[in-house]
Amino acid sequence: MFAALIRWLDERLQLEGLIAPLRHKTVPTHRLSYWYFFGGITLFLFIVQVLTGILLLLYYRPGANEAFESVQYIMTRVQFGWLIRSIHSWSANLMIFTAFVHMFSVVFLKAYRKPRELTWVTGMVLLFLVMGFGFSGYLLPWNTLAFFATKVGTEIAGQVPLIGKPIMIFLRGGEEVTGATLTRFFGFHVAVLPGIVTVLIAIHLFFVQRQGISVPPKLEARWNANPSERREMKFFPNFMLRELMAWYVAIGALAALAALFPWGLGVKADPFISAPAGIKPEWYFLFMFQTLKLIPSKVWFVDGEVLGVLGCSLAGLLWMLLPFFAGDRAGRTRVWITGLSIFALVYVIGMTAYGYLAP
Amino acid sequence: MGAERTLPPEPSRRHAIEIFLGGGLLASLASFLYPVLRYFVPPAVVDLGGDEVVAAKSVEMKPNSGRIFRFGSRPGLLIMNADGTYRALSATCTHLGCTVQYRPDLREIWCACHNGTYDLNGRNVSGPPPRPLDVFDVHLRGDEIVVSRKREA
Repeated sequence: MFAALIRWLDERLQLEGLIAPLRHKTVPTHRLSYWYFFGGITLFLFIVQVLTGILLLLYYRPGANEAFESVQYIMTRVQFGWLIRSIHSWSANLMIFTAFVHMFSVVFLKAYRKPRELTWVTGMVLLFLVMGFGFSGYLLPWNTLAFFATKVGTEIAGQVPLIGKPIMIFLRGGEEVTGATLTRFFGFHVAVLPGIVTVLIAIHLFFVQRQGISVPPKLEARWNANPSERREMKFFPNFMLRELMAWYVAIGALAALAALFPWGLGVKADPFISAPAGIKPEWYFLFMFQTLKLIPSKVWFVDGEVLGVLGCSLAGLLWMLLPFFAGDRAGRTRVWITGLSIFALVYVIGMTAYGYLAP
Repeated sequence: MGAERTLPPEPSRRHAIEIFLGGGLLASLASFLYPVLRYFVPPAVVDLGGDEVVAAKSVEMKPNSGRIFRFGSRPGLLIMNADGTYRALSATCTHLGCTVQYRPDLREIWCACHNGTYDLNGRNVSGPPPRPLDVFDVHLRGDEIVVSRKREA
């Protein structure tokens, strides 16, 4: 019956023509091939976010007087509400984690080099936007931690000379973090960001589809010298089925995490209480947070905060332009880029660990 | 010869794998869908109204007038007749659920949505309403007008 339906559609829409590029698409197989799964897993977790996010919208109410109560209602009264929200929170964290893994795998497999510079740039923008998702979504339950995280986060944006202050006021919807901020973040989180990210993912995937999948330079040189060594598998169905298995594992991990460690709700935000001791941002902001903490309050005559914010922004920008420094000679990349990549990875992991352990 | 002999078991093995794989996938799909379907059902709202409510103070009412009050999560209609007696009914029209009102000029209960009318006992006398309105008990407690649900006989 299913086959008959496909045939019926194929007669009218020429489905074969749509699937044909997928049939020709191949994925290189070598001992580092498993890193190719992480982009797909990130995409899968994004889909999970969209679906669970829509479900949460059935009961969530934005607003300083209602947000916390509505999340509490979802967690305690709505059947399986705790599960849906916990999956949304866990999937968000895993998505940011897999996005970072995907980025570093691209760095170390040197997949950003010509002709894939723009794929890298769109990927980096996606990473920033995904962190924006994390930041805006974190406020929505309107609890104490979220309130202070938003206060500090928007304050940091306000440190940028000249444009900082207007940006901060734009983000907060006023001078302070209030219900107006919650309304804005809600809008960013459920309308603005999903729209932009969906379009960018489409562009990112279109680039990957056009250019095929990158092979590490040394291996590529060897395969070019000796074409009989080249090993590939068909994307459809061979790689696709493997990817689906990875997704299946991902959803298993998600369900287990959500069931065993349901996401907490905390205490309702109150603008007139002190920040609790030991307050820290989410782990994916921790390396930047720790960097800012280590910079002295005055460096020469510049404010430490300003220096830190500008330094982090500059580092992010240069990192996004990485492929343009790499040169375009196929099969060879500059040694200092490899060194820099290792430094970046060690720095991010080290600072995150330090941020966790530091008092 | 040898190769031919090993061929026949293949389809049934494949079939068994397909059943396991398909069954497993269906089972996981069901385990995704079941929580979602349950999640769609909103939890029942607890009716905190109870069986009794103070609909108004007697000083607030004028003869030959009506007033909407809250009875739990639904509206009720309290009427003071010209002779000073009270009457309380459900204000939800039995036709399509609009909120009815007292018409002092007709001394009837009227629903503006589809021009249905009820008499003061709640009986549907004209227009589309299919059933009479529920009638509540009214008694006075000091200057409070207390409305309660009729005890089931």
